[in-house]
Amino acid sequence: MVQISLPKNSKVEKGKYFQDKTGSKNIRKVNVYRWDPSTEENPRIDTYEVDMDNCPSKVLDLLNKIKNEIDPSLAYRRSCAHGVCGSCAMNMDGKNGLACTTPHAEITGDINIYPLPHLKVKRDLIGDLDGLYKQYQSIEPWLKNNSTKDKEEIIQSKKEREKLDGAYECIMCACCSTSCPSYWWNGDKYLGPAVLLQAYRWIVDSRDEERKERLKKVADELKLYRCHTILNCTSACPKGLNPAKAIAEIKKMLAIANV
Amino acid sequence: MSSYKIIDHEYDVVVLGAGGSGLRAAVGLSEAGLKTACISKVFPTRSHTSAAQGGISAALGNMGEDDWRWHMYDTVKGADWLGDQDSIEYLCKEAPAAVIELEKYGVPFSRTDEGKIYQRPFGGMTKNYGNGIVQRTCAAADRTGHAILHTLYGQALKHNTEFFIEYFALDLLMKDGECRGLIAWNLNDGTIHRFRAHTVIIATGGYGKVYYSATSAHTCTGDGNAMVLRAGLPLQDMEFVQFHPTGIYGHGTLISEGVRGEGGYLVNSKGERFMERYAPNAKDLASRDVVSRSMSIEINEGRGVGKDKDHVLLNLSHLDKDVIAERLPGISDAARLFADVDVTKDPIPVVPTVHYNMGGIPTNYKAEVLTVNGSEKTVPGLMAIGEAACVSVHGANRLGSNSLIDLVVFGRAAAKRAAELIKPGTPHDEIGESETQKCLDRFDKLRNAKGDNSTAELRLAMQKTMQSKCAVFRTEKNLKEGVDEIRKTYDGMKSISVKDRSLVFNTDLVETLEFDNLIRQAVTTVDSAYHRKESRGAHAREDYPKRDDEKFMQHTLAWCDGKKTKISYREVHKSTLTNEVQYFPPQERVY
Repeated sequence: MVQISLPKNSKVEKGKYFQDKTGSKNIRKVNVYRWDPSTEENPRIDTYEVDMDNCPSKVLDLLNKIKNEIDPSLAYRRSCAHGVCGSCAMNMDGKNGLACTTPHAEITGDINIYPLPHLKVKRDLIGDLDGLYKQYQSIEPWLKNNSTKDKEEIIQSKKEREKLDGAYECIMCACCSTSCPSYWWNGDKYLGPAVLLQAYRWIVDSRDEERKERLKKVADELKLYRCHTILNCTSACPKGLNPAKAIAEIKKMLAIANV
Repeated sequence: MSSYKIIDHEYDVVVLGAGGSGLRAAVGLSEAGLKTACISKVFPTRSHTSAAQGGISAALGNMGEDDWRWHMYDTVKGADWLGDQDSIEYLCKEAPAAVIELEKYGVPFSRTDEGKIYQRPFGGMTKNYGNGIVQRTCAAADRTGHAILHTLYGQALKHNTEFFIEYFALDLLMKDGECRGLIAWNLNDGTIHRFRAHTVIIATGGYGKVYYSATSAHTCTGDGNAMVLRAGLPLQDMEFVQFHPTGIYGHGTLISEGVRGEGGYLVNSKGERFMERYAPNAKDLASRDVVSRSMSIEINEGRGVGKDKDHVLLNLSHLDKDVIAERLPGISDAARLFADVDVTKDPIPVVPTVHYNMGGIPTNYKAEVLTVNGSEKTVPGLMAIGEAACVSVHGANRLGSNSLIDLVVFGRAAAKRAAELIKPGTPHDEIGESETQKCLDRFDKLRNAKGDNSTAELRLAMQKTMQSKCAVFRTEKNLKEGVDEIRKTYDGMKSISVKDRSLVFNTDLVETLEFDNLIRQAVTTVDSAYHRKESRGAHAREDYPKRDDEKFMQHTLAWCDGKKTKISYREVHKSTLTNEVQYFPPQERVY
């Protein structure tokens, strides 16, 4: 019989407990995934008691409070703090989202915070998105148009431009792709919802002259058709976009078009 | 002495920063065949350019007659005559081609009925030299910065730019007054990297985080500015800090000027459209310094709203729902998320919030860094672009939508100039170990800091000082208190503490290095403000309410060695670049 065992040091252990020192009567427990590759230690879950009377409303505020007042060693990405840069994507209470736009009041019980699922972890809440970025590059995210009129814009009607709505707004936070079981399983080959949404964004741009080539490029058993319309992507998107629909549109175009 | 293993790299050019200006420069450099590295502490699309909302200015004339000279006049006036008019001419003349280029790169601009790039009205943008409002600000809904940043990143990928992502730059390597490269720390694995380059282009953005309430991202810490100070070079016009009129009250999230461009307006507790009193012609579309001051006066005189009467309201519920959905979808989300407001029904609570740094690294219009040593001189091997730079096109106050155009015009200019100066593949000079060692000693000292003051506490103290002593309105007394107080915080650095000893994503150390960068800029900002005894643009002195062209129509230069500063001045350029336009002499500035 096959012997299956976890890799060395992969078991998540119980970590440190940081007791409240403020004497607050309004305490919540926050459990956070911790791991530093430069130590030999296993990953662990640290627990912080946080005074909620003096904490603004979002999960990022909570993390900043922990980092500023309790434990400066906690590592996570953050930048704009209002949902446009995509840095602080993580898994909160079992759901992917942006820490800066997720209210902690919507989470009941202890607040559990993990890195985005199924990524290699670089440290603590920082996931490794290098693979996803390479896939993004592979769809050639730039306009292909040989117009020689230097002094004028390429004309695009309002209606044609409307087709980009719901696609160009993507902030590449990876909440969708890392919520997708197909991407968990085949993330090295399946492009996943984030990258396919971007592929779609260029396919439907009326200014682009290589629509067919773009379609051909994604028409692949693994790159595209590993999408099994589970729709986790759409429910995970913090910007309210619908990657699943974009993928369906690509499939539809391929079915109709003679590519 | 600290010992770290160093990994060496050689490039023709190193671009530090991967926001709008850094990426545009990198694209141009790659096109010119120069071996280019682009280093950034965050993945390029996380840069703060993504937060720009309203648009990018250029006299395209898609929505009625326009002329780049009108744009130039508006910019000169917006800058309250502190801008260099040769640079402003370059900016406004190059702007239309730069926007067309972005469109060809693929930026998803909103469109007019004819399918051209849509342009909206913006503060201070007028036709025929101040006679009526013009629609000059090119927009991709209210996500223009995001659209431009992602598109430029795509272009950089197309040109195979070599990125070094999540590398934190520590210091410039200077030799005999020339820049030869820089040292950076790779957060991913903790290694130290030394980049030799014939030119370093600093594109590290602004330093809004010296203030407590700012629309700026956590990462806006002006790292490049501080590196320049540590290299013994000056920063320019640091007292000019723009307060955006409409940051969401209590949170600081930006609400685009595009809201007022599309017809939104501000009201006080009496329901009065007070901007009509302060700017009878432009009203809510006066320049940002004027609107922010007017709001502060309303609040100070007791006509603010809310429990503490400390903010005002931005109303857009009268706008057509379709207009809001099509052109202002992003701010509708922001208002819902951060103010719990449905903008189709209720006004947004807003307050002037730190937004932009007009000051920065002094450069000419070719993006070459300047210093003054007897006379104006360029610093060989060093360029600066974007918000980090002070070209100076924004002078004492930047007009809305002039920052995005600044990024691409001067990003392109830097690449062009570097291509003129550098022959690809030219061998590099040796850099002495002492410069490297100096930089690593600072790094090592902070890494092992075992004092009593946490970085977060010191940062908060700095932010509170700047917020209360160097805000919209300033006085001698207030600024003097600021000058003293900020030095106390600086002294706190002697006993700073870093708890995390790891080298991999040690964000405790990153924040400490960033604080070390911020505090120097805070010192130069408050010192520069203290010495400018006049009111001009964003620098409003209650004790010197008038502009004083005789004494102060000049750029402040501030050198800073820790808490010691040296303040000097440099003449504003009073001529244009070509004879296609005449110099605009100073006038009284009314909107």
